[in-house]
Amino acid sequence: MGLTDSDINAIWLTIKLAFTVTIILLIIGTPIAIWLAKTKSWLRGPINAIVALPLVLPPTVLGFYLLIAMGPNGPIGQLTEQLGVGLLPFTFWGLVIGSLFYSLPFVVQPIQNAVEAIGQKPLEAAATLHSKPMDTFFHVIVPLAKPGFISAAILGFAHTVGEFGIVLMIGGNIPMETKVVSIQIYDQVEALEYAGAHRLSAIMLGFSFIALLLLYSFQKRGLASKFRIGR
Amino acid sequence: MTIINSKSPNIVANLHASLRSGSQVFELEVTSIFPSTGITAILGESGSGKTTLLRCIAGLEKSVKGLLKIGETTWLDDKRCVPTCEREIGYVFQDARLFDHLNVYGNLQFAVKRSHETVKKVFFEEVVHALDIGHLMQHKPDQLSGGEKQRVAIARALLIKPKMLIMDEPLASLDNARKQDVLPYLAALQNMFNLPMLYVSHSTDEVCRLADHVILLHQGKVVIQGSINEVFSSAQLPHVYQRETSTIIKAKIIEKNERWHLVRAEFDGNMIWLQDHNQSIGRTVRLRIIASDVSLSLKDEKESTILNRLEGRIACIQMDSRGATALVTIDLMNTEIVAQVTRKSIDDLFLMVGMKIWTQIKSVAILG
Repeated sequence: MGLTDSDINAIWLTIKLAFTVTIILLIIGTPIAIWLAKTKSWLRGPINAIVALPLVLPPTVLGFYLLIAMGPNGPIGQLTEQLGVGLLPFTFWGLVIGSLFYSLPFVVQPIQNAVEAIGQKPLEAAATLHSKPMDTFFHVIVPLAKPGFISAAILGFAHTVGEFGIVLMIGGNIPMETKVVSIQIYDQVEALEYAGAHRLSAIMLGFSFIALLLLYSFQKRGLASKFRIGR
Repeated sequence: MTIINSKSPNIVANLHASLRSGSQVFELEVTSIFPSTGITAILGESGSGKTTLLRCIAGLEKSVKGLLKIGETTWLDDKRCVPTCEREIGYVFQDARLFDHLNVYGNLQFAVKRSHETVKKVFFEEVVHALDIGHLMQHKPDQLSGGEKQRVAIARALLIKPKMLIMDEPLASLDNARKQDVLPYLAALQNMFNLPMLYVSHSTDEVCRLADHVILLHQGKVVIQGSINEVFSSAQLPHVYQRETSTIIKAKIIEKNERWHLVRAEFDGNMIWLQDHNQSIGRTVRLRIIASDVSLSLKDEKESTILNRLEGRIACIQMDSRGATALVTIDLMNTEIVAQVTRKSIDDLFLMVGMKIWTQIKSVAILG
């Protein structure tokens, strides 16, 4: 296809980033989603709003705050320096943290919707059958909410692949470290290398279409998978 | 007023729960001791708190306070509340609540794997056979009829090897034909597995057929409780159940009369004619005599179409001060039977406690 080494590095980095972020988000997003689906606390509204913020906020705003927070005077920056991992802006892990915030709603909301659709009834039935909470999570909630988890993984991955603004703010443009596909395309356009930009853009278009196609075909079959974003 | 067989360990429930839904608050206040043997029915209209009481016993209602003891085991007191998953109960929900992602076999195995006792293959087979669900093992819940779902749910609850089986209107969501699919199994379960059962129902018919003991709830409070006959022959039945006032007795079939298609049954030295439904001689049947189907007469009215006429003595007369009727308890050799008559008749016939009287029983329901 005539991809340059720099293109391939960018693609590889993007996949690595999206994969890392999706795994971490499934782990931290699931308890948040389950809590949001079940709680009657007054905190439900505020937490829901915070989770959904990246849907409406310009990525530059999120990126700007994260840049400050992860900088030498920010709380995250001071923490990471004390832990001896140095400062995170303009590193791969800085990008991971930024993406975690940015893609959070895309993972939390499908899981939350699926868990809400399951309701309390099967969980009560499980409890009367001596099933402890973790047992119920793995053997009742996960199988019943499977379409929701699949939607969450696809959306989390695809959305991380598609981010640009936040990467620009906190990642910069370091090959092999923070130069993802969207940045590479931006660079190529800036440098008037339209042929290269065409190639990568076509790959992104194809990937995004297939991701969404997968998502919607899962939804048709799934029971509790109604994906509604921005509730 | 509650007489309880003191030989068996009892279930003590002194519970208070307040449930909020929107601006409405529902208060449940129950003080009850009932035997942990046989079938105890919780009867009441919808909204009387029957399901809430069951949920409190199962530990599904978080707002509950009080004391709950099953024999020697304490499930709830001031200090602790044993979580649902550690209470040894089998709960059959009104809507079955099978797990949709598992087939029937998977649903049953879910219970088998989590039972505190090992479930032997023989027991599994026995339960599956008792509820007649062997042919459904590979079906998913959405392929089952309502009655089949309920039978699978009952089997699943039994396979956890509970100390007590709790059933929340297992027949309510079924039409009459489907009810007949499940009811015989329920009656048989008690005999087969000798498991105490708590059975919620709003149907007096089901309760009279199945229960040994009744707790009657109204607006979250216990109105009356006791053995089935104590409750149904009581003058304290709430207004909505007054027409259900009845005597429930056990009688033994002793003789068949082929010519008239009748059988003769005996209870405590009294004889009664019943319609012949192929009951075998020697079998014990449960009979229900509705109080308004019993009339009283000062002499034996031989020239009458009423077949069952029994001589007794008036043991008690309770007037309904707000209505036209009175409840008369007649003592027939060790058994009491109640008759609902008008207050006017009592006055006209000068009926008094201790008088000799003939009871005429117009109809008897055979409850199997």
